[in-house]
Amino acid sequence: MKIKLKVWRQKNKDTKGAFKTYNVDHASPDMSFLEMIDVLNTELIKKGEESIAFDHDCREGICGMCSLYINGHPHGPLQTTTCQLHMRTFKDGETITVEPWRAKAFPVIKDLVVDRSAFDRIQQAGGYVNVNTGGVPDANEIPIPKRVAEEAFDAATCIGCGACVAACKNASAMLFVSAKVSQFALLPQGQVERKERAEKMVAQMDAEGFGSCTNTYACEAECPKGIKVANIARMNREYLGAMMTSYEGSTGGGGE
Amino acid sequence: MKLDSKIPEGPLAEKWTKHKFNLKLVNPANKRKYEVIVVGTGLAGASAAAALGELGYNVKAFCFQDSPRRAHSIAAQGGINAAKNYQNDGDSVYRLFYDTIKGGDYRAREANVYRLAETSVSIIDQCVAQGVPFAREYGGLLANRSFGGAQVSRTFYARGQTGQQLLLGAYGALNRQIANGKVTMYNRSEMLDVVVVDGKARGIITRDLLTGKIESHSAHAVLLCTGGYGNVFYLSTNAKGSNVTAAWRAHKKGALFGNPCFTQIHPTCIPVSGDHQSKLTLMSESLRNDGRVWVPKKAMPGLKGIDAMKLPEADRDYFLERKYPSFGNLVPRDVASRNAKIVCDEGRGVGSGLAVFLDFTDAIKRDGEATIRAKYGNLFDMYAQITGENPYKGPMMIYPAVHYTMGGLWVDYNLMTNIPGLYALGEANFSDHGANRLGASALMQGLADGYFVIPYTIGDYLANIGWADKIGTDHPAFKEAIQSSTDRMNKLVSIKGKKTVDEFHRQLGLTMWEYCGMSRSEQGLKKAKQIIQDIKKEFWTNVCVLGGNNELNQELEKANRVADFIELGELMVDDALARGESCGGHFREESQTPEGEALRKDDEYAFVSAWEFKGENQPEELHKEELRFENVKLTQRSYK
Repeated sequence: MKIKLKVWRQKNKDTKGAFKTYNVDHASPDMSFLEMIDVLNTELIKKGEESIAFDHDCREGICGMCSLYINGHPHGPLQTTTCQLHMRTFKDGETITVEPWRAKAFPVIKDLVVDRSAFDRIQQAGGYVNVNTGGVPDANEIPIPKRVAEEAFDAATCIGCGACVAACKNASAMLFVSAKVSQFALLPQGQVERKERAEKMVAQMDAEGFGSCTNTYACEAECPKGIKVANIARMNREYLGAMMTSYEGSTGGGGE
Repeated sequence: MKLDSKIPEGPLAEKWTKHKFNLKLVNPANKRKYEVIVVGTGLAGASAAAALGELGYNVKAFCFQDSPRRAHSIAAQGGINAAKNYQNDGDSVYRLFYDTIKGGDYRAREANVYRLAETSVSIIDQCVAQGVPFAREYGGLLANRSFGGAQVSRTFYARGQTGQQLLLGAYGALNRQIANGKVTMYNRSEMLDVVVVDGKARGIITRDLLTGKIESHSAHAVLLCTGGYGNVFYLSTNAKGSNVTAAWRAHKKGALFGNPCFTQIHPTCIPVSGDHQSKLTLMSESLRNDGRVWVPKKAMPGLKGIDAMKLPEADRDYFLERKYPSFGNLVPRDVASRNAKIVCDEGRGVGSGLAVFLDFTDAIKRDGEATIRAKYGNLFDMYAQITGENPYKGPMMIYPAVHYTMGGLWVDYNLMTNIPGLYALGEANFSDHGANRLGASALMQGLADGYFVIPYTIGDYLANIGWADKIGTDHPAFKEAIQSSTDRMNKLVSIKGKKTVDEFHRQLGLTMWEYCGMSRSEQGLKKAKQIIQDIKKEFWTNVCVLGGNNELNQELEKANRVADFIELGELMVDDALARGESCGGHFREESQTPEGEALRKDDEYAFVSAWEFKGENQPEELHKEELRFENVKLTQRSYK
């Protein structure tokens, strides 16, 4: 099949970018979208033009590194990762527009590669249970209802790709942050630090420059892992509860 | 050179406990005076960095991806073994040890494998405490399943995403130490060299992948947790970025490489669809529980889908059931893989020619489509998504693919390479899986090494050298290493040849797959060696890397890795030549029984091969670590 690609090219973060059009004349319907770009890149190199930079790694839909905004949708028209999108999804002769994630908190590094380190910093603010290695109870000490474990898993399945941010007109990261907050709010292991976690992760999210949530649900519609907006509702409850009753800033029950 | 595995004396079950007591400790107040470098943030690296940070060491951790959470451990599907015996079905530490050493075809150390089985129990406790959402029963306790032919149910899992959940647990622990200031994280950073001064590892050289800046980092010890080298075959189930560079540079600085030819090939992958193929996708082996593997009796090129369904039974060859009546379609991975290759080499492959059918027609007739959908629905969906074909309406097609490498840097019982202060953890070392890895044991090894072995063993080394024994990055050895790494990068961008990096990589991969893959012969291996040497020569004169060294340059990253894969490929061939027996995933055509099955030769080959680099374009020297079996009796496998 023949494809016309309009691709965002940008030399580096300080240079202005622009779309450039390429023809891919020998795409096969069985190629993945990334393999189609591989083929184009080989042609470009042969012509002496630098290849298109894009992030990718596992190419099986789980590492969350691939991040192309295709025809106005993060990861393209299907609810999957870019690496799991195949050319048979497109029509012969179609023009496909490929952009990087667009968000203030995800600055473009080069071509289609963006900086998502803000996500790491949000996780560092509290996306874990404070336990050291060793000295923990036996794994079966605390029974967890199957339904609760499943719900926690559904939240924990987030791959941190950032499609939710790219999909959102406000570039909000609420779906991403709420997935982690939910996982630990549901599990008994997360209870001890439940309030501080919600406060700290939300504070870091705001500090990174992500926008607010206005309930358009675009994030859920585009999430390749099917993370539900119910997690955002849960995070809002967690955050509100934390702000009203948190220990933070309190002087304790006595003494000095 | 004398190889000292440092295996402790005493009965098997007491070795690790006694050893832990005999290891020196670092005073808690002194731990903050030590620096440790961890390269790679998969299960082994993330868990090691977190555990060492918790103890109080200052850790610098490095990964080439944009975030430590992307490491390829994330893609492991099946599960993680642990000898918890929660199911009351007869499991024990000894049984897990026994199954693992037997599964490795008796080419691993008893003491290491026993320790792995012993620590497996703590791993599950740790992960649950971190909030890893494992599968549970209705009563709220942890669920287990039987995996990879094990007789007991000891595999813990989180749907088909166990690796993801375990890695995110370790990533959380790592993040906690980053927030505490005990771990400094370097993303998008690739290790280019290890710096060795006075025989000890003193630090590493890295390249910042965004700016191209070559930097040096010094430390008291360096841990390589950089995964396996399956991408030497170009096509594998590894991530695109997975590479051997860190381990290979350490090897060229003197670290021995153990059992490089031991590769695991997985039978149930989705076949290659064309020359554009960039990687292969694994489907769970559980499919073979209900699917029947067959090809037509006579060559029928291009056969697939509905046409295949119409082919009369009499014209089909269910070759696994025919050759192995007692195990049938459930023969081990290596046997299933090799037989698929044999029928395809005979010209009887289906689809593209490099595929065999995995047919669920009988299972659907017997159990109904709903039952099959409930069992394998997600795998069928994945197959449909990738191939565009409906596996309920025609047989699936599968073909073997490289999945895991048992070989790696040679390490002693303390996980230290023969270079003092240089350690290798997880898939990057050679240690625990022998010639073949059992299902659900890779995750176990990565986390055992990182959470429960290295925190003890590294203390002994650090206490012995003392915190004052550190060399700064202003030492001439660092300057030299920076210079040679810079020269290499400059060389790669200056060749400006005609062939792309991928073209070289594909050529190498095809050669490795053909001659050093599922089945190897002396003649083929010798031919491969010549081809690889030619590829190497051409690479350094004709590779085309556009763009510069001082920017994000993905072609340069690839070129740097492929150059190392080419050299590793030659060593794998040497190793396969030197091992004149068939064992585990390594089938030597000269060593088979009259029925054509693998023939292991314990009298001659019960050793670990450990290769020493002797200089550019010089033959490497083989050292042998004899394996002694005091607890298990060596038996030949039979699946007839």
